[in-house]
Amino acid sequence: MDKSATHHPTVAHPHVEHAHEELGFWRTYVFSVDHKWIGIQYAVTGLLFLLFGFTLMMLMRWQLAYPGRPIPLIGGLFGQDKAPGGIMLPEFYNQLGAMHGTIMVFMGVVPLAVGGFGNFVLPLQIGAPDMAFPKINMMSYWAYFLGGVTMLASFFMPGGAAQSGWTSYPPLSVINQGQQTMWLIGMMFLITSSLLGSLNFITTTVQLRAKGLSWMRLPFFVWAQFVTSFLLLLAFPPLEAAGILQLMDKVAGTSFFMPSGLVVSNRIVTSMTGIAQGSVASGGGNPLLWQHLFWFLAHPEVYVLILPAMGIVSEIIANNTRKPLWGYRALVYSLVFLGFMSFIVWAHHMFMTGMGTTMSAFFQTTTMIISIPSVVILTALLMSLVGASIRFTTPMLFALAFLPMFGIGGLTGLPLGLAPSDIHLHDTYYVIGHFHYVVAPGTIFALFGGVYYWFPKATGRKMNDLLGQLHFWGSLVAINLVFFPMFIEGLAGMNRRMYDGGAQFAHTKSVLYWNVVQGYAAWALGLFQLFFIVNFFMSIKWGKAVDRNPWEATTLEWAAPSPPPHGNFLTEPIAYRAPYEYSVPGAAKDFTPQFEPERA
Amino acid sequence: MLSYMPIQASAHAAEIDQMTILVHWLMAVLFVGWGAFFIYVVFRYRSGANPKASYEGAKGKISKGLEIGVVIAEMVLLVFYAIPAWAKRVKQFPPENEATVVRVIAEQFAWNIQYPGPDGKFGRTKPELVSADNPIGLDRSDPVAKDDVTEINQLHLPVDRPVLVHLSSKDVIHSFGLYEMRVKQDAIPGMSIPVWFIPTRIGEYDIACSQLCGLGHFRMRGFLSIQSDADYRKWMDDELKGLRPAR
Repeated sequence: MDKSATHHPTVAHPHVEHAHEELGFWRTYVFSVDHKWIGIQYAVTGLLFLLFGFTLMMLMRWQLAYPGRPIPLIGGLFGQDKAPGGIMLPEFYNQLGAMHGTIMVFMGVVPLAVGGFGNFVLPLQIGAPDMAFPKINMMSYWAYFLGGVTMLASFFMPGGAAQSGWTSYPPLSVINQGQQTMWLIGMMFLITSSLLGSLNFITTTVQLRAKGLSWMRLPFFVWAQFVTSFLLLLAFPPLEAAGILQLMDKVAGTSFFMPSGLVVSNRIVTSMTGIAQGSVASGGGNPLLWQHLFWFLAHPEVYVLILPAMGIVSEIIANNTRKPLWGYRALVYSLVFLGFMSFIVWAHHMFMTGMGTTMSAFFQTTTMIISIPSVVILTALLMSLVGASIRFTTPMLFALAFLPMFGIGGLTGLPLGLAPSDIHLHDTYYVIGHFHYVVAPGTIFALFGGVYYWFPKATGRKMNDLLGQLHFWGSLVAINLVFFPMFIEGLAGMNRRMYDGGAQFAHTKSVLYWNVVQGYAAWALGLFQLFFIVNFFMSIKWGKAVDRNPWEATTLEWAAPSPPPHGNFLTEPIAYRAPYEYSVPGAAKDFTPQFEPERA
Repeated sequence: MLSYMPIQASAHAAEIDQMTILVHWLMAVLFVGWGAFFIYVVFRYRSGANPKASYEGAKGKISKGLEIGVVIAEMVLLVFYAIPAWAKRVKQFPPENEATVVRVIAEQFAWNIQYPGPDGKFGRTKPELVSADNPIGLDRSDPVAKDDVTEINQLHLPVDRPVLVHLSSKDVIHSFGLYEMRVKQDAIPGMSIPVWFIPTRIGEYDIACSQLCGLGHFRMRGFLSIQSDADYRKWMDDELKGLRPAR
């Protein structure tokens, strides 16, 4: 363990001891054990992967809007095996599809939301000098980095990247061309990274809270990260196991997920390691086992994506309404209940696999139950606006937009969570619209809000508001034009994962033109991100310099200097009160920080 | 909303759609309610209009009422619509002697159809007999296989008579999507899963593979012909005649 960072905060001036210690370039900027720098590494890497994953989608949107037409400008870059003459091949389309999902979920949103914001903000918000295990924290980032490199490298290997969807359902994933093996190895690294991170977050939250920071005084963001860490810790191991089993099916000829009697292209599958090789496959496996193990992770994973976003939004709303969050306790209890329930809804992804009445009744019921705490959280955040004095800062715009966007995402989950209405909508664009509303204009908007909100803490400078507003309004319009038409396409029966956008089928002819609209909207959305990228880099250097508490906020991270030094706080922070004491009657200012001592 | 959806061509389609529409009404009421409230509070409580925030915030029990309302609405949907409707789909299968019984065996990237023929019994299939000419590996030496009719991508069914499909797959997971019939069921290798419906409209429809199954997934299209009873019999007789010179 790194001694310098594991001091209990009751030791006064924890920074003093190592203030003289000069770390070289490598240990400061590359192999850093400082939670803030690791958080920034995570956040920047995550943002780059989000950009990359989105770029894959902008390519796919071209193929969907204009099937078979050469990709303009950059079409020549992809080579003969991916896009000869600039025309995207189905194998390339499937690679882009599988990798878009994988990258956005496992390498973009989770690393940014948990690795980035969790690492940077959580120790500061609980008044800790660092994470409980700084070296494990560093390992967590580098495992993530290796996972990312593995996934990226697979594009350039024979057969290209994995192409069986981010869900990687066997037998397809096992017999398909493309680097499924690299996908599985990459996932091992990413899972390991999350497990190391979640252990660290849980220990840190339990052990390193500042004096006076009782559980019910924790900022809601810390609660969100805490529950998220339990989800990661408990849900990822089954997928890691499943990933190893699939890897064995792929490279060692086992049949965990491969049933007997498979016949591919009219030839009996004799060995999973290559249809042509002679050894006889044992068979006897079950493809549905993978789906259960996969969704046992991947449903809690949805809450791993959304809970940190709710945490960020709550912080921003409390700060910019200048009043306490409404129903703090109800929010916390709903969050914990949501986390628990997220473990017993997974098979609602599998209604079409031949599920009987008892099983489907159980999973439909749990799915309806899990919607209730989401309703409570959304309602509490809305009610927090009543009586407020709302400042429309850039982070607040993103936080406010999160509410209706997440609302659409949540509500459209209802017809999918009820098995009979799911019959028509399953595997259509309705599903894509549903979960993208949750994750894109929902979570990713919250993450952008978080970047604008905590940027001054990380850099000592504010981001530009005009560029921020352009980024916000442009993104809001464009993203809705991408995703809202998906509900119409889905109701019409347009299937997902179609190389030509469903042009083969008679029943979707009437909605095909939306593909063109969505294409332009997606490319416009890409352009609007330039405002963010320029703002981000420009503000590091030329942003308006700010003091330690530019938003006049109440939680402990604003007691530290901006940016905080190694060890974080100049004096040991003590929490004297609840996290959101804004507009306290009789107080001189409209905010009373947690760290401000009571006046005698 | 129905105008966006494909026509209803099966007996249970209206019931499924009714439920889908009910759920969307619930969603619309919640969204419009939330949305109107949201726009009002954002406007009413902007800092310009309300420079001093209230420490206490909202009072009253509107939110409790809303939450209880949502619970009740979801329970009604679940107990009176979803669970019974699903039970009809997966439990109350028509008796085989009153139904058109057919096997559908999916493969990359086609739908193989096997009819049992006049004897009503499906012939044995074996993986080792599979070839380009015999995609399902039907064992013609099996006595009950002699009158079996096999088709590729052509599923003919008589109107107004229950259909029982035994669905399976040779290679990977596919999904048997009949949008006009409001039927969808994954075809999973190693499993045979029954699906049933009653087609009610004569016409030509698509069988759309709804689960990513490889490079040709997007063009894995089959053709479903719902015919009058007489047309169907005539078609079936022609197919049976074609069988006589046994291969």
